[in-house]
Amino acid sequence: MTTTELSPAATAPSGADQPDRSGRRHDRWRAALTGWLFAGPATLIVLGLSIFPAGWAFVLSLEKWNGFSPPEFVGGKNYSRLITDAEFADAVLHTIIYTAMFVPMSVLAGLFLAVALNRRIRFIGIYRTAIFVPFVASAAATGILSTYLFSPQYGLVNNVLQRLGLPAQGWLEDPAQAMVVIAIMSLWGQAAFTTVIYLAALQDVPGELIEAARVDGAGSWQTFWRVIWPQLRPVTVFVTIWQTIGAIQLFDLVYTTTRGGPLNATRTIVYFLWDKAFRSLDFGYGSAAAYVLFAITLLTTIGVVVYSRRKNMEAF
Amino acid sequence: MTVDTTSKAPKSRPSGWHLLLAPVALLFLLPFLQMFLASVSPADELLKFPPPIIPSRIDFSGFVTLFTESDALLWLGNTVLVATSAIVSHLLLCSLAGYGFARLAFRGRTVGIFMILATIMIPTQLLMIPTYLLFSRLRLIDSLGAAIVPWLSSAFGIFLMRQFFLSLPKELEESGLIDGANRWQVFSRIVLPLAKPALATLAIFTLLGSWNDLVWPLIAINNDHAFTLQLGLANFQGTRRTEWSLLMAGNVVATLPLILFFLIAQKQFVATMTLSGLKG
Repeated sequence: MTTTELSPAATAPSGADQPDRSGRRHDRWRAALTGWLFAGPATLIVLGLSIFPAGWAFVLSLEKWNGFSPPEFVGGKNYSRLITDAEFADAVLHTIIYTAMFVPMSVLAGLFLAVALNRRIRFIGIYRTAIFVPFVASAAATGILSTYLFSPQYGLVNNVLQRLGLPAQGWLEDPAQAMVVIAIMSLWGQAAFTTVIYLAALQDVPGELIEAARVDGAGSWQTFWRVIWPQLRPVTVFVTIWQTIGAIQLFDLVYTTTRGGPLNATRTIVYFLWDKAFRSLDFGYGSAAAYVLFAITLLTTIGVVVYSRRKNMEAF
Repeated sequence: MTVDTTSKAPKSRPSGWHLLLAPVALLFLLPFLQMFLASVSPADELLKFPPPIIPSRIDFSGFVTLFTESDALLWLGNTVLVATSAIVSHLLLCSLAGYGFARLAFRGRTVGIFMILATIMIPTQLLMIPTYLLFSRLRLIDSLGAAIVPWLSSAFGIFLMRQFFLSLPKELEESGLIDGANRWQVFSRIVLPLAKPALATLAIFTLLGSWNDLVWPLIAINNDHAFTLQLGLANFQGTRRTEWSLLMAGNVVATLPLILFFLIAQKQFVATMTLSGLKG
């Protein structure tokens, strides 16, 4: 490490009160050098792989370019094309359908599981582990598991349905059900996250509040809704925003289950973006879609924050 | 314990919550259970309907085919290499930067912190196209380097470490400086050994992210010698459909290491989950 030769006097802020000006400037220069030797490499990588590409993506979104021929400046044309593109409208619709299913499901599941797991009973460690461990499953693994479990011919789910005397379903092969299966399997992998967040919040609820409610004769149900739930509102706002952002960006699990099918029923915004950029090599159009996605994410976040402020459930 | 209803019941009676938690826990375990069972099932048994829940005999041919007829072993090696470089680089660079931003006063510090914070807002999907174009100019596309470089450091990691260092009492470092140690020595000998919990969190974050990453390798790597395990698995779905025992064997190879890590270090995994919301 090159920083070893720096003496403490030169790097400590106390070195700055030396009388002569050149010495002070020298110290400041040394402080900057030390500082950037520490912070520089990571900062350079993070900014180089985010701020710079984000700017480039904006320039690309104003161009028509396939990566080979010279790029052609088209101004706002990519954006206006998006507005009239029925395929993009479908992608937005599918994304909304998924978000509307997944976000409430994951928030409610997290709340419910956290309440259930927040007690000292036997086997509680086993229950927690069982519910948390799917968090480590990758999208590729989850995708393969989904196609297996929900396979119309060989799957466990149809197997169980038939044994119960219910009709077998098409699941991932049925345009009306594919997104439901994807939402269920996302929930399987991600319930741990909302649960963990709610568990932490539950443990922060002051014990005296609950005791006071008990003394006043409130049952567990009343205690939960009147005393505990109001304390959980900021966390609810936080997980709602977080899960919504994630849901809007759905891609992995679509790619590893249906690849946008059947009949394009699971093509999401990011799938559309990926398809345009890396299948059709329309980098400009893909970048415009990416900026629209960014805008949707920002607006949703701002919307939820404003709504929660109005309702006095501030999370930030 | 906040909503503990068991305290009202006599201690000897088991809680009614078991009736609820046991089936739910089983439901969450079921996909993994099916995965392990299917990976050791004879291939033809999985193509019957209804397939037997428990295989009639243990058959490792799925694993054998996986390792002999595909490049899975190479992909596993690639994934291990990507994850290892990601973790080593992440821990080193993020703790250095976190320390610098937390403790050193220097020109550009505030701007630096602010810009790194701002990048957290940018969705990765916005960066895919330009990063692909950038990497193709740097001739990284189709090489393992393309999978490694984005994981060398992260805004989350820098912030995590900075917050941790800010929470440490300054006195320890000051006494070190008075004793004549320089900043690097203070950092490496005094501060870093105290940072083990934060480093563990960061290591798990990096492991999960880099091991499981799919989108970026999918875009950046088309050459199947540079495939990661996840990319190879996703590719199998197109080429090896319904070869369930092989697919599940691949799944086990890709998932079991993380499951084992999780079982060993559940507490740290939960801490990482709470802080990062990684999968979101």
